[in-house]
Amino acid sequence: MTYIAKPKVHHPSLKKNALGLTRRDYEGAITTLCAGCGHDSITAAIVQAFWELDIAPHTVAKLSGIGCSSKTPAYFLKEAHGFNSVHGRMPAIATGAGCANQTLTMIGVSGDGDSLSIGLGQLCHAIRRNVNMLYVLENNGVYGLTKGQFSASADPGSMSKKGEANTMDAIDSVLLALTLGATFVARSFSGDKAQLVPLIKAGLAHKGFAFIDVISPCVTFNDHEGSTKSYAYTREHQVEVVQADFVPMRDEITAEQTPGAAKSVMMHDGSWVTFRSVAENYDATNRDAAYNYIRERQKEHEVLTGLLYISADSRDMAEQNELIPGPLTNLPFETLCPGSAELDKLMARFR
Amino acid sequence: MQRTNTNDPSYYHKVVDCQWGCPAHTNVPEYIRLIAQGRYDDAYILNRESNVFPGILGRTCDRPCEPACRRTRVDGKPVAICRLKRVAADHKSDDIKARLPKAPAQKNGKKVALIGAGPASLTVANDLMPLGYEVTIFEKFDRPGGLMRVNIPSFRLPPEVLDEEIAAIVDMGVDVRYNSPVESLEALLATKEFDAVFVGSGAPKGKELEIPGRRESDQIFIGIEWLESIHFGHVNSVGKRVVIIGVGNTAMDCCRSAKRLGATDVKVIARKTRKYFKASPWELEDAEEEGIHILENLQPVRFIIENGVLTGMEFDKFVSEEVDGKLVQTPAGREILPCDTVVLAIGQDNAFPWIERNIGLEFDKKWDMPVVDKKTFMSTRPGVFFGGDAAFGPANIIWAVEHGHQAAISVHQYCQGLPLTERPPDGMTLASTKMGLHEWAYSNNYSGAPRQKMKHVEMPKRFDGMSIEVEEGFTEEQTRAEVQRCLNCDVQTHFTDNLCIECDACIDICPVDCLTIAKPGDEADLRTRLMAPAQNLDQALFVSDPLKQTGRVMVKDENVCLHCGLCAERCPTYAWDMRKFVLSWPHASKVETPAAAAR
Repeated sequence: MTYIAKPKVHHPSLKKNALGLTRRDYEGAITTLCAGCGHDSITAAIVQAFWELDIAPHTVAKLSGIGCSSKTPAYFLKEAHGFNSVHGRMPAIATGAGCANQTLTMIGVSGDGDSLSIGLGQLCHAIRRNVNMLYVLENNGVYGLTKGQFSASADPGSMSKKGEANTMDAIDSVLLALTLGATFVARSFSGDKAQLVPLIKAGLAHKGFAFIDVISPCVTFNDHEGSTKSYAYTREHQVEVVQADFVPMRDEITAEQTPGAAKSVMMHDGSWVTFRSVAENYDATNRDAAYNYIRERQKEHEVLTGLLYISADSRDMAEQNELIPGPLTNLPFETLCPGSAELDKLMARFR
Repeated sequence: MQRTNTNDPSYYHKVVDCQWGCPAHTNVPEYIRLIAQGRYDDAYILNRESNVFPGILGRTCDRPCEPACRRTRVDGKPVAICRLKRVAADHKSDDIKARLPKAPAQKNGKKVALIGAGPASLTVANDLMPLGYEVTIFEKFDRPGGLMRVNIPSFRLPPEVLDEEIAAIVDMGVDVRYNSPVESLEALLATKEFDAVFVGSGAPKGKELEIPGRRESDQIFIGIEWLESIHFGHVNSVGKRVVIIGVGNTAMDCCRSAKRLGATDVKVIARKTRKYFKASPWELEDAEEEGIHILENLQPVRFIIENGVLTGMEFDKFVSEEVDGKLVQTPAGREILPCDTVVLAIGQDNAFPWIERNIGLEFDKKWDMPVVDKKTFMSTRPGVFFGGDAAFGPANIIWAVEHGHQAAISVHQYCQGLPLTERPPDGMTLASTKMGLHEWAYSNNYSGAPRQKMKHVEMPKRFDGMSIEVEEGFTEEQTRAEVQRCLNCDVQTHFTDNLCIECDACIDICPVDCLTIAKPGDEADLRTRLMAPAQNLDQALFVSDPLKQTGRVMVKDENVCLHCGLCAERCPTYAWDMRKFVLSWPHASKVETPAAAAR
């Protein structure tokens, strides 16, 4: 970690967004992660995305579990609500928070241990329920906080820092999400903010569970030769298949923003996500085709990135369950808690 | 864009804006750190190496360093560099005497004559005495210091400060011949007594204003001559209503002196608007604080003399407006200002009536100025050198000092039979300031403290006499706050290209968006593609070689870097390091002579 706080002064030309806030107003405490951690770059991308979307920090809920990744919500949007849950249980807390207040913009930050080992079941059900949130999985292939053991996302044959090869197969979070019916699936790289920031913006606008797996090298335990999650390996093997861009509602889509064979999907709030397949014949709106293509290319050791799948007709948890709109705290007490007579009536229906 | 050559001392030198801006290249950040540590003697000695007169300049310098200071671009106000220099001079101990340069008992057999005992000549003496030269100074007055003594009023510069710093040089054994104006250079050269002659006689002639009435009153004075007369006690009163013509620093000294001689209504007259005033902003402020009115848009037409007595002055009035960044003035009638005394402070000229024009020392036809080489300071007559205001016209003390340093190198080379054109090179050392994981050998935390305001002696009290020093100097608390405002620009962000893994950590942490990893391009293009546009073209871009993972380049806009070291702290591979840059600037002592080489 770093001892001095990041000085408050900023560049004289630093811009303000529609709320009159600068990018610096979306920062949090100074990071305590290792120098060079990919997670810090993702944090910077999150800061940039929220600033660009003019989202007021106090309307945001930041949720996380345990791990290096799960520390990062402390490093952005210091004025947002936050919940640091038990290991792997963030999706349950997010589900509850989403039920209690649908007006919150929810962002969950997790890691490969938190999501794919201890919290795998939780993740699966959050996807299945289509909780309206952005879920960022900071994927470095190791348990950094416990000194670099392989995680469930480590590729077979990948070498540990000590020199041992991983023998087990990897759980690929993107394929998992596609299988479980996720409505927004993307993969990106912490070292590529030009790609990551628009994806985060699109994910925040998506109504439903927006899943972004971000390869985020662990400089301390997994950035050596033989690693398949290092900066160098990811840069060599990254292939962007779909370039996505986010167009806010207030802007019209112009020809300039959608050159070539670009497609666009309208989000629930009237904003657009436009995307263009870099790979020939890749269709980011076809789940099965996307799944097959990703598996196919994985055999060639390609790390496919971009907006890999988006569903145009996502129905989120609140919609499916006909939850009342708005925060529960705004309901009159009598409505929220109708009393024992009403409870007895309800119970009678089950007798 | 090619990789920035950081091995060239001038790249990092330029990043230290204050040091680059200082004609003598004083190592400002280092002496400020020394003051912060309470090491006033060390700070004084470091200052003295470059600017020779820390106590004098700490009160009177034109401070080219301060407008250059990076802090101005960060929070609007520069570090009070000049007044911190005075702190070092005020608080130094008596131990300093042992650390001042000394002349060897064994002389080198070469004799040098210096004309005028002002800052330029004194600097030459300061540099040559320790090398064994026998130095003689010819001074027209009965005391040394030149304009520093006779033109700068003692309420700005106490005589004791002058005495002490001049004595440090003269006491090395300089033969100063007072009341000895040189009346013929030809005659001096004919004595063949000296191996070299240095002319540091200043620009001693005040500019005239020949308009009707000029010769009809004894209450019309030339600024610098008037200040001299006050200094020598020949003038000790003035009319109640005083008009000063001109708005340079001499005018400021004149108007404030008038106040102290008993004037009650003092006006300073400017031909143009404030933006074009020659006086330093702080000198204008100090004068206005004392109730002096500065009137713009007036041009003198005539002096009004009634029955042989000056009663006023008539001016053409103008209305000014800025059109496309240029001042356009249109006449707007006339105005009469009643007054009892007028002081003309509209500039100075050189005067060399004592240099014969047939001794092989060429004079410029247009300006009647000696032709002097800008690097070697030698005239067209070998062995005769010029420096200070005498060389290229009126400038300031700190320029005179640097001229003195450079001329001393030339004199030394000339006397040792070395070519003058082969100057000793500038050099640098770069040393890492890393002390531990997050610890640096300098205080890297940013202080948001505002610039400290100098306290002045209270208003009526300060007018009691000419020699009550107005500025009280910084208090300990003020000093403590002000030193922390320095950004330590000499602690350089040093980049090692092949260590970078492009993790973005430095870019994400930089508070002022200095850094970008970008696709290569030419400079004009790169400047538009950075985290923050690099629009200050005076400030350099650092560009690395293509980085090994993506072929992109690391770009740093030096403009508003806080030198906080966070890029280096967050760098996992030590590609960024904070390295202290120490400039070695050529002085006479660094000339490689055959004798020195033999030793």
